[in-house]
Amino acid sequence: MPLDIYLNVAVSGLLTGLVYGLMALGLSVIFGVVRVVNFAHGEMMTIAMYIAIVLFQAFRLDPLVMMVPIAGALFALGYVMQAGLINPFVDRPEHSQFMLLVAVAIIMVNALLLIFGPDARSVQTSYAFDSFAFGRIIVDATKVYAGLAAIVVAAALFAFFRFSDLGKAIRACADNYTGALVVGLNVKRLYALTFGLGAACVGAAGSMLVLIIDVTPPLGPQYTLLAFVIVITGGLGSMPGALIGGVLIGMTEALAGLLFTPSAKSMFAFAILVLVLLFRPQGILGKRAS
Amino acid sequence: MSRLLEGVPKRAGVLVFALLLALLVAPLFANDYLLTILILILYFAYVGQAWNIMMGFAGQLSLGHAIYVGLGAYTSAALYLHFGIAPWIGLLVAIPVAMACGAIIGFLAFRFGVAGVYFAILTIAFAEFARIGFDHIGYTGGSAGLFLPVAQYTHNDLWNLRGRPAMFYYVILALTVAVFLLCHLLLRSRMGYFWLAIREDEEAARALGIDTFRYKMAAVTISAGMTAVAGVFFAFFYNNLFPEQVFHISRSIEIILAPIIGGIGTLFGPVLGAFVLTGLSEGMTELLHALGIDVPGAKQVFYGICLLVVVMALPDGIWPWLARRLGLERRA
Repeated sequence: MPLDIYLNVAVSGLLTGLVYGLMALGLSVIFGVVRVVNFAHGEMMTIAMYIAIVLFQAFRLDPLVMMVPIAGALFALGYVMQAGLINPFVDRPEHSQFMLLVAVAIIMVNALLLIFGPDARSVQTSYAFDSFAFGRIIVDATKVYAGLAAIVVAAALFAFFRFSDLGKAIRACADNYTGALVVGLNVKRLYALTFGLGAACVGAAGSMLVLIIDVTPPLGPQYTLLAFVIVITGGLGSMPGALIGGVLIGMTEALAGLLFTPSAKSMFAFAILVLVLLFRPQGILGKRAS
Repeated sequence: MSRLLEGVPKRAGVLVFALLLALLVAPLFANDYLLTILILILYFAYVGQAWNIMMGFAGQLSLGHAIYVGLGAYTSAALYLHFGIAPWIGLLVAIPVAMACGAIIGFLAFRFGVAGVYFAILTIAFAEFARIGFDHIGYTGGSAGLFLPVAQYTHNDLWNLRGRPAMFYYVILALTVAVFLLCHLLLRSRMGYFWLAIREDEEAARALGIDTFRYKMAAVTISAGMTAVAGVFFAFFYNNLFPEQVFHISRSIEIILAPIIGGIGTLFGPVLGAFVLTGLSEGMTELLHALGIDVPGAKQVFYGICLLVVVMALPDGIWPWLARRLGLERRA
């Protein structure tokens, strides 16, 4: 039954898309608050993936269990990056910020290359070949776990921004920079926290994605681009938009790979991006910039 | 000639003249290896200058300039390979192709008010689209690459751009000088002043009655056409083209590093940046080789750190800082 194949591929794309969405959520949160586009986003994710691989190979620790400490490590990395490097660049022109993060990205990719070499690495868990059958739809267990984990992490982040005082303070910085300064918020520290949170999302997404794909150092730039595509499709700065964009792009890539050739699948993601930029530049769920 | 020299400080004129003289006689002293590095430097100075028209003059950040290099390279190489058309004629096709592509991107973006980060990412998207697209075009070799016939040339064939590095060196030197002069004139033209006005404050420029759409379109098409010329040179100098390399985002980034490091919006910035960056990169290769360190990635890590230091210490680029030191600031 050909319909079964399409359904299977679509569901698999949806689950991978949720993980993409979580990665993109990090980029969106950072841009929404700090107004800096993180051009080292995919590179930070590869760092998380390599941490997961090292932990798995040395101590047999499951990446899904290690998701929390890895996200913590990336949070620290993000916090330090924002506090030490990016804060002085917040008011500088876009190309200057771009250069700074490109330099960071170059260092990250090549440091990974230096340490781990160019070979692809992966994690082989005991449940790597398990699958669940929902009626006629059969999906990989790893993708189900990863997709569910992505939803949990995203929900936790939503709750943080909506209900906690710190989350509200960060949203205040995003809405009105001067106003936030006037009421006595330490904006620079909140920016660092935000960048840390964005990096933690990437860290979590990386520890899930390592179950699904092999990792090589040059994977970073590719995923930076993918995160851009998703975030702009969904709406730069919109949190639900990032998840919806992730699912849309994940499913598009999966189905395009099935219908055409797998090597051309990214072309469709970029085609969607071009269409969105032209006809709805603020993205599917984004608000028009005033 | 008088227009060329108008408002140029005397010391800057002397500096340009001395640099040009040194570059003209360089092949007499340099071996082929050194000459190849000089070619690379001039190539980056040329494309950097072309990119600078869009970003430095008109303030439109393009992160996908590899698409124009690639279109120029593929058009001229395919014409040469399939029909035996010389690159200088192929140029007359390659430039309009790239200009049309630039016009399409510009038209779509500027019509719909796509600007800033969004515009930058739109240009990346087009370049990536082209990269994957060219992977699947059999006529230009697809992902397996397009190769121009290589042979040991005893004499230089300038018409077909087949020959020794010295010939390529003089070709790219002539192109770099020409684009430098062109940019110098453009900056002093009516359009140049309009561009600067748009760069500084687009709303205000429009309020003054400047047709911002028209002049932004002019910037993107001129820049695209000039970049395509570099693409033709690239194709005939390297003799092989792979979509994965030519259109890749890292090529686009390479193009814009020199003008940003050198100083955006200045004429000397791209040239200086190309010398500094390519010199740094090649110097590091030599140094690491001499030290016996031969690990992939080591060089790029140092390169990245150097970039980071320059960006943090000199946010406007090296040239504005150096010009102040040398007392070369333009008289108001």
